[in-house]
Amino acid sequence: MGDLWSGLTQAFWLVVTLDKELVEISWRSLRITLSALVLASAIAMPLAAFLAVRRFRARRAFIAVMNALMGLPPVVVGLVVYVLLSRSGPFGVLGLLFTPTAMIIAQIIIIVPLIASIAHQSLRDLWQEYHDLLISMNVTQWQKMKTLLWDARRALLTAALAGFGRAIGEVGAIMIVGGNIDHATRVLTTAIALETGKGNFALALSLGFVLIALAVAVNLAIHWLGRTEREGRW
Amino acid sequence: MSDMFPLKVTGAETTRRGKRLVGPIDLTLDGQGTCVVIGPNGSGKTTFLRLLHGAARLAGGEIRWSCPLEDARHDQAFVFQSPVMLRRSVLDNIAYPLLMRGTARAEAREAASNWAARVGLGGMLSRAATVLSGGEKQKLALARALIAEPKLLFLDEPCAALDGRAMREIESILSQAAASGTRLILSTHDMGQARRLASRVVFLLHGKVHEAAAAEQFFDHPETPQARAFLNGDIVE
Amino acid sequence: MIRKFLITPLFAILAMSSMAQAQDVMKLAVTTSFHNSGLSDVLLPEIRKDLDLEVQLLVVGTGQALKLGQEGDVDAILVHSRKAEEAFVADGFGTHRREIMYNDFVVIGPGEDPAGIAGAADAGDALARIATQQSRFVSRGDDSGTHKKERALWQAAGVDPDAAGAWYNAVGAGMGAALNTASGMNAYILSDRASWLNFGNKGDLALLYSGDPVLLNQYAYLPVNPELHPHAKSDLAVALEDWLTSERAAALINEYKINGETLFTFNAQ
Ligand SMILES: Nc1ncnc2c1ncn2[C@@H]1O[C@H](COP(=O)(O)OP(=O)(O)OP(=O)(O)O)[C@@H](O)[C@H]1O
Ligand SMILES: [Mg+2]
Repeated sequence: MGDLWSGLTQAFWLVVTLDKELVEISWRSLRITLSALVLASAIAMPLAAFLAVRRFRARRAFIAVMNALMGLPPVVVGLVVYVLLSRSGPFGVLGLLFTPTAMIIAQIIIIVPLIASIAHQSLRDLWQEYHDLLISMNVTQWQKMKTLLWDARRALLTAALAGFGRAIGEVGAIMIVGGNIDHATRVLTTAIALETGKGNFALALSLGFVLIALAVAVNLAIHWLGRTEREGRW
Repeated sequence: MSDMFPLKVTGAETTRRGKRLVGPIDLTLDGQGTCVVIGPNGSGKTTFLRLLHGAARLAGGEIRWSCPLEDARHDQAFVFQSPVMLRRSVLDNIAYPLLMRGTARAEAREAASNWAARVGLGGMLSRAATVLSGGEKQKLALARALIAEPKLLFLDEPCAALDGRAMREIESILSQAAASGTRLILSTHDMGQARRLASRVVFLLHGKVHEAAAAEQFFDHPETPQARAFLNGDIVE
Repeated sequence: MIRKFLITPLFAILAMSSMAQAQDVMKLAVTTSFHNSGLSDVLLPEIRKDLDLEVQLLVVGTGQALKLGQEGDVDAILVHSRKAEEAFVADGFGTHRREIMYNDFVVIGPGEDPAGIAGAADAGDALARIATQQSRFVSRGDDSGTHKKERALWQAAGVDPDAAGAWYNAVGAGMGAALNTASGMNAYILSDRASWLNFGNKGDLALLYSGDPVLLNQYAYLPVNPELHPHAKSDLAVALEDWLTSERAAALINEYKINGETLFTFNAQ
């Protein structure tokens, strides 16, 4: 209880005094996760739309695998990315291990199945609604996908936010592939793990509160952006 | 572009899980004007229209247009019994078919607002289509179907949700379209409307064409007792 | 709108990544116990000042540090496990091994000391008393340098921890996490002095035994072999070695104190 309280007050002071390291770490967390989110969405959403409009033999199996991958253990993802990016691994020449890029790659792998699954659910429902009309209009596969993606954009925002939530709070994978290097790959979650290891529970907790606040702030900001849309009525 | 008609339907049928919903149907449609499909609930009107349109899978038989299928599909539009509203504004819904055909945005919107005015939706261009009333949705669907200037337009009970005045407005738009060369195939339960619009009638019963004839002949001298009963408003077995 | 929203951060990211640091950067794998000592927080800024070199620390266990060096994922390692280090050099993964400094291990335990190790004759005797009393003991259990040291001590005490009962708890975690566990269980634990002094969650734990020469903990610096890994920044590794063995480093290391206690003794040749 004492730790909780001193964590809260410490978090408060860290934020109001704009503690230099806190700002640096938070900004890095945000930057890495938002990059991963943008890239993962660019992969997952067209994939979800494709799965909604296109029937092919392995489709059901594909969707089942995708849903299962939502529960992918981040540590395993981290390990696999680590082995691939290590200097003695297949992509070693790129020298990406222990860089923010490696962390972005790991986060993308973790959240693509999540975003794609959630997006697919809403796109599939919308497709049922639109099916007759779009078939009757004889539009191309690509046009169907674009129409679905555009008209379901608010549901897709929810999918993206779920991905953001998972990525920003993730620690296992990015600890492994990023190495938690001070001033290079240390982010909020890995800093929390580090401080916990040192027994600095209050500081760890205060970082935790900042992390939560950041996640809430991003969610609110995105919802606000969504609401200011001209056609934002459904 | 070559003409789509005459359309020859031979032994066409559609099935669902082995059960035949409609067919086998033999029919030839040609010339201009409006073909009205009538029949009791569940007789297969909707399925028949969808089958001709290519939206229901042909399980047997043949549907042959006088032009390549690609061209025929390109020049058709369909107004569904319960219209599908895209989650967009009224204007964007009506402009949608043009945009899909590569028309420039400004031009498509211009045409869409003209059509909206024609069907009486001019005052609600920026409203979300999903919140429209049932009748307004029907009108939107009609405008959206006509904007691409189809050669053939299917209408599945287009006036079912409309009041008398709106029905007259729609009918006049349909007559204009028919006069300017659009072939109409529509289903209806309103015999008054059928008499006003039809140049030819197809009477469906139990998924089969029970009687098909020119409008005057059908309404004045129906050949089968079932058609006579149906026109009288009696129960048809 | 959404497109705009998606694209803006992308540009921000691109702008950020082009702000690459002008100075040299190298990667050094160190053990948790070294990092927990806080000495790196003193040395790294000085290195940056003197050499215009940013040393990025990968804080891992000894086993993983050696592995990182072996695979060429870091440019040098700083660890404390002599046998493993010599094997590392013998196998050609490192160019050589340079001793830098030492600190010592201490035995931590509940303040009331149920096993009475405070009066032990030597480190082996202290552990033997814990085993006899079957007092709870927390082991790192992660194959780290500290863990290896602990195993050696048990062997000297004539106790086989693998055959020990429920009082022996291998947690498979870093020094800090293991100390947290010991604090929670009020158990004995072997720790390096620095980690203990910097540990923030001591609870009822106290430093009970230290001073046996067998508890000394030698740190050595091993640059990665550039013949094996051409991308390794061996010139920077050499520069860092020169600095770490310099008079300046000696002064900084010997004067580093926590709560008034000296932690490290510089002994580079
Ligand atoms: N997808 C389907 N699966 C199973 N049965 C179907 C399906 N579609 C239509 N049917 C059945 O086929 C028959 C014809 O249906 P259809 O919708 O064509 O009738 P309709 O003449 O349009 O009726 P209404 O006047 O009520 O609109 C009905 O008995 C209906 O239940
Ligand atoms: Mg029907």
